[in-house]
Amino acid sequence: MNKREFLKDAILFFPAAATLQALAPAAEGKAEPATTPTDYDATRHWYGMGIDVDKCIGCNRCVEACKAENNVPDEPFYFRTWIERYQIHENGETRVECISTRAGLPEQAPPEDPSVVRTFFVPKLCNQCAHPPCVQVCPVGATFQTQDGVVLVDEKRCIGCRYCIQACPYGARYLNPRTKTADKCTFCYHRITEGLLPACVEVCPTEARIFGDLKGKADRLVRFHRVNQISVLKPDLNTEPKVLYAQLDGEVR
Amino acid sequence: MKLPEQVTRLGIVIAVIVAVVLLLRFVILPESLFSARPHQAAAAEREMAKPLRHAGVAVCRECHEEQFELKYGGKHRTIGCENCHGPAASHAADENAAKPPLPREREACLACHGYDSSRPNGFPQVDPLEHRPRKKCVTCHDPHDPVPPKAPTECTGCHGRIEHTKAMSTHALLPCASCHAVDAQHMTEPRLALPTKPDSREVCGRCHVPGATDPAASKVSVDMAAHGGTYVCWECHYAHLPEGRK
Repeated sequence: MNKREFLKDAILFFPAAATLQALAPAAEGKAEPATTPTDYDATRHWYGMGIDVDKCIGCNRCVEACKAENNVPDEPFYFRTWIERYQIHENGETRVECISTRAGLPEQAPPEDPSVVRTFFVPKLCNQCAHPPCVQVCPVGATFQTQDGVVLVDEKRCIGCRYCIQACPYGARYLNPRTKTADKCTFCYHRITEGLLPACVEVCPTEARIFGDLKGKADRLVRFHRVNQISVLKPDLNTEPKVLYAQLDGEVR
Repeated sequence: MKLPEQVTRLGIVIAVIVAVVLLLRFVILPESLFSARPHQAAAAEREMAKPLRHAGVAVCRECHEEQFELKYGGKHRTIGCENCHGPAASHAADENAAKPPLPREREACLACHGYDSSRPNGFPQVDPLEHRPRKKCVTCHDPHDPVPPKAPTECTGCHGRIEHTKAMSTHALLPCASCHAVDAQHMTEPRLALPTKPDSREVCGRCHVPGATDPAASKVSVDMAAHGGTYVCWECHYAHLPEGRK
């Protein structure tokens, strides 16, 4: 082979190889994951949830519904949403306890503790922050924010390094023991994109949880935002949570 | 002006290289190599494709309109069907596939209505031991319209614990009315017409005087004039459990 032949072959090699590479996945029949055409337009929504703390009765139905809807592991320490009982004592001490542990109902009403000044339940879940710290720390880009404002985890990309679990200031993430990937509340993304309510909102007996679209003009959540004194959890972190709390006690962290 | 041949050749080689690079970058290599957007779109699609477990009230209503109307008119109007009956998407898809449970045990109601000090003020709660212990809630309350069907007719409806205590005592056979005068209004508006308490020693004295006709009562007969001074009996003796000292 002389120099001329070599150069001719080399010049022809690249387009030929490129064409083959382009054709190979098509021949295999599974190139990119097929994107199913849906009429859902994510850019027209910006989802959020309102929680009226004064209405929560701590019945745990939302926790059970979430577990059933999203295949959350059954053990009583894996939660996408959970309920906390706050007890604020006379001496200023605040006791917080997760009541979603399926201890069973007490046979009799528990005795009153006279030193408790006020006590209430606070439902917690992923705050679907507008500036999510978990997305920033993910080294492989597996967790991301959709255009409608929901933070999701790509199970196929997640390597289970737990950085996001550490980074979440609200403790909303856990490592799913089955998939070995990070898991969290998705606002029931498969439901809301079909126009249904998230499972926890669907079953809440007192309408303590309100789901809505902050871009909607006549939305329930927009009204909730307007008529209530709204607070968010840890506002000093500038994560801009989209879970809005009404009637939130100053002791809640 | 004619370009020298070597310049033309060089130009062609450069053009080919540029074309190959552009072809590689924009046509051949997949976009997912440079941008996360395709991955994210695919992940969102996968998330959207997950199966539903809860059907939603609107779907339940299509077949169970009657129950929905009843519930919507009552105190439980804000409660979704699947709160009590469990996730029912499989039942909605095929009504014979899975029957949603009908919770009839007390625990189903007490999960919300059992007393808990952290619950908001005004939320209707009962002490499970006080309120008709061991009786199923659904025997008196229709869960779809939970207002009691009628005002309670017996004292035990509300004063279950007192009834329990009294049943263990020597006063077990005495009806409440033998010591308390209960106005009919008390049954519907309990706070507006409170039952009376015995205001004189003669109420107990009906039985507990020397020579009483009831042989059991005469065992603990007392001399009303000498015993207790000016106090009414129940100020020292608990009449629902006289054996226990107050």
